Formats: sequence, structure tokens, C-alpha cells
Amino acid sequence: MQFPENLRYTREHEWILVRDHEATVGITDFAQHELGDVVFVELPEVGVPVSEGKAFGVVESVKAVSDVYAPVDGTVTAVNDDVRAKPELVNQDPYGGGWLVKIRLADPGQVDLLMTAAAYSEYTRGQET
Amino acid sequence: MVTGSLKRTPLYEEHRRAGARMVPFAGWEMPLSYAGILEEHRAVRTGAGLFDVSHMGVVELRGRGAEETCQRLTTNDVRRLRDGRAQYTLLLNERGGILDDLIVYRLESTRFVLCLNAANTDTDLAWIRNHARAETEVEDRSADTALLALQGPRAAQGLRPHVAETLMALPPFGCLETRMAGVSAIVARTGYTGEDGFELFVRADGARHVWTVVLATSPVRPAGLGARDTLRLEAGLLLHGADMDADTCPYEAGLERFVRLDSGPFVGRDAAVAAAREGTARRLARLLLRGAGIPRRDYAVTAHGRRIGTVTSGGLAPVLGRGIALAMIERAHAAAGTRLAVEIRGRAVEAEVVDGPFHRLATA
Repeated sequence: MQFPENLRYTREHEWILVRDHEATVGITDFAQHELGDVVFVELPEVGVPVSEGKAFGVVESVKAVSDVYAPVDGTVTAVNDDVRAKPELVNQDPYGGGWLVKIRLADPGQVDLLMTAAAYSEYTRGQET
Repeated sequence: MVTGSLKRTPLYEEHRRAGARMVPFAGWEMPLSYAGILEEHRAVRTGAGLFDVSHMGVVELRGRGAEETCQRLTTNDVRRLRDGRAQYTLLLNERGGILDDLIVYRLESTRFVLCLNAANTDTDLAWIRNHARAETEVEDRSADTALLALQGPRAAQGLRPHVAETLMALPPFGCLETRMAGVSAIVARTGYTGEDGFELFVRADGARHVWTVVLATSPVRPAGLGARDTLRLEAGLLLHGADMDADTCPYEAGLERFVRLDSGPFVGRDAAVAAAREGTARRLARLLLRGAGIPRRDYAVTAHGRRIGTVTSGGLAPVLGRGIALAMIERAHAAAGTRLAVEIRGRAVEAEVVDGPFHRLATA
């Protein structure tokens, strides 16, 4: 299970990568593994505001429908069209080609409240089904 | 769910060793998948997959009254079976509701095997014992029998090295008591995937041996309950407890061809006669989504914005790459070709009522 050091993580198993005032968001390696084959991804349009802790999209595997929650407040600046066409990218490359949206941060300080890779690794231990 | 109380099949250790993801299902700890549901699904559509379905109930009826007991309890006509033949049939309550769907295998005129859904086995068994006719011995064989399903267009290739060559001529719904890889077995050409295949009833203490030797035969791969569900849905096959239950009659479920009103009395026949005469308000329909999205159980089905029914099973059809569903809807909207919608997170996604198995639509 991979949890890159340069990302921050949520309790709902999203990751966020911040560069300047823009963040890229996806679901973690742990989340994609728990979901199994991802077959459908529903994402917001560019310009939509998102709120920390509120669902902004949906990832569906063969067996389950799973909301994706915004790690921070902000506005959607980009959406990964590739992952809409090829949802399996979420399984194959969760931190790369499987990214979901980019968000312009309303408050960069919110990111510091999220889990580090070490904390998230600890958090996921024992949660596997 | 208290996992400590879950039952395990004789193949539990084999599943763990193969790295299966185990899940609770109907009181059993069962393999959901090994390599991934989609991969296993495709393996069964193109090659062959081996499922452990030992959680299913196996009941043997013996004696001079066994046939009469079957006849009185089930909707199909057991008297049409010869030795070594099986039929799909239904167990109804007095109100005509479906207690379970099952396959009855006739081994001899005085010996029948019933294969029951795991979730219903205990209640079915009590029902069968209560309604058994004279000179019928009812034996629960579930604990000493393992059931393996070898399914797929190349299933016969996976079976051939382990059985007598004559078994290759077994027709659909044929069954034979035989030996398989040295183990006593009933081999039946039945299944739940929409593909050719075999169901293998083997002694529990021989299950690991049979499982291992069949899996070692190209192109057989292990497949879990996840793929079993996507395969049956894609084949348009119903699941008891989801698409039908004790409050559903065969005429609502679209299973009337398995109800032989001319076969003499059976439990629920009066209600079935009434349903056949008067028709039913609801009908189970197969829906193929035309728009993007995946229908799921309990989603609303609408016509021109008005709710007309509910999805009972839904998912993505891997071979079509489209959302599919079984849905219980108002009969007036259930004809093939009717355009409806499934409400997915507030969005009405267009759907069409279709006939027949979904996975054959691709090539139709």
C-alpha cells in the first residue's frame, strides 16, 4: 500500500496535493483497493464551489457507491476527463492518472489539519476488509 | 455482523491461501473475489471459472413418496423428469408467494436432490418436512456436501480430464452420479451464469481435492461471489431475496413458464391460478440504460416523471459497458422497447425495457 509523503490525507480516504493555491484531489490507494474495480466516476463541473467534509463526487465500483468528500473549502478549477472515460485509472494509478479534481483553496491553512502519510498509514491499519 | 458465528465451507483455507477477499453472505464467510470481480467475470464469459457455492442448501428426498412430495411442493412438473434430469422450479407459500427458487435433480424415481438458496435453506427445510407426503425421507445433506460450479464456454475443457468421457455428452439440465477425480460426485450441467457449465456436488471431505485438481486444469480460474452476482444479473437471472420474495408471485417475477398449472395440486396453486387469470399489476422488467450511470437496488424507476417502480438488482454489465437492472414496475410499462428512466442521484437516466439475457444483446 503506497502513501506518498508529499500528500495529505483525510479520514474519508481522499488525498490532496497542494501547489501554491491550487490542490489536486483523488482517492487513496487504500480506498481504491477497498472499493475494487472502479467502473464509474461522477465529478462536478469547473467553477463549482466545494466545502470541506461535503461530498463533491461519486466513485462507483462493481459492488459499491462511494461519495468523495472535499478535503478543504474552495472552487473546482479542473476536472479529470480521462478518469470519466477510463474509471479504472483510479485503480491503476490513484495518485497519478487517477486524480479527480483540482481545487483553488479558499484557506490554505486547512491543509495543515489533514493527516500526514505516517498518520494516515497508522489510521488505515486494521481497517482492511 | 459477528464474524465469529459465520459458517465456513470445506474450501475456506483454499480461499485464504489464494488471497481471496472474504465477506459475510447469508451466514457464511465466502470469497467475494480473488483477482478482481471484473477479471473473474470476463474469465467466465470467455474461458472458465470455478466457484465455491457450498453455502447453498442440499436436500435429498428419498422413498416411494419422494416424487409426490416434490410434485406437491413445487410449481414445475416433476413427473416430466427422467432419471438423470433436472428442472428449475419454485417453492410457493399458500398465498402463491415465492419462498425460494431451486433446481430439482432426479437421480432415480425414488431419489431427488434439491439445491436451495443459502439464505432460505433452514426455512425451506422446515417447510419441506412439514409438507412431506407419506413414504418420503427428507435428509439435509448441506453439511456433508460441497458444491462447486464450473462455468464458462470452456468449462467442459476444464472438466474433461477428471471425469468419464461419457459425461461430455451430458445435456443441459442433465445430471449423473459418478466419480470425479476419484471422489464420489453428482455432476450436473446446470449453473447461474448464462454460460455452459457444470455444478459438482461432492463429498465435503473430497472437496479440497476436486477444487485443487480442477483449478490446475487450463483455463480454469477461481471466481467469487462478486462475479457470480454480476454474471447472473448480466444473464438476466433473478436472485431470490432481491428480485423476488415471499410477497412476489411467479407471474410478477416473469417465471410463469416454470408454473405448470396442469400438473395437479401443489402448494400455492389456487393463488397461482388466480394470478394467471386476473393478471398482476406489477411485472419484473429488464432495463438497459441508454445514458451514463449505474442503477442500484432501491433506485426509483419513472415514466414521464412519475414513479412506476423500483430497481431490485442493478449494476454495470461488463460485456456491454452499460448500466443494467431488474426492476419491479407497473405492468403497463413492462413491454420490451418501452422507454423509461432510472433516477440516479436526482438525475433521470434514460432506460429501455429489453427482452432476454443482457449479455446476448451485444451480439444480437
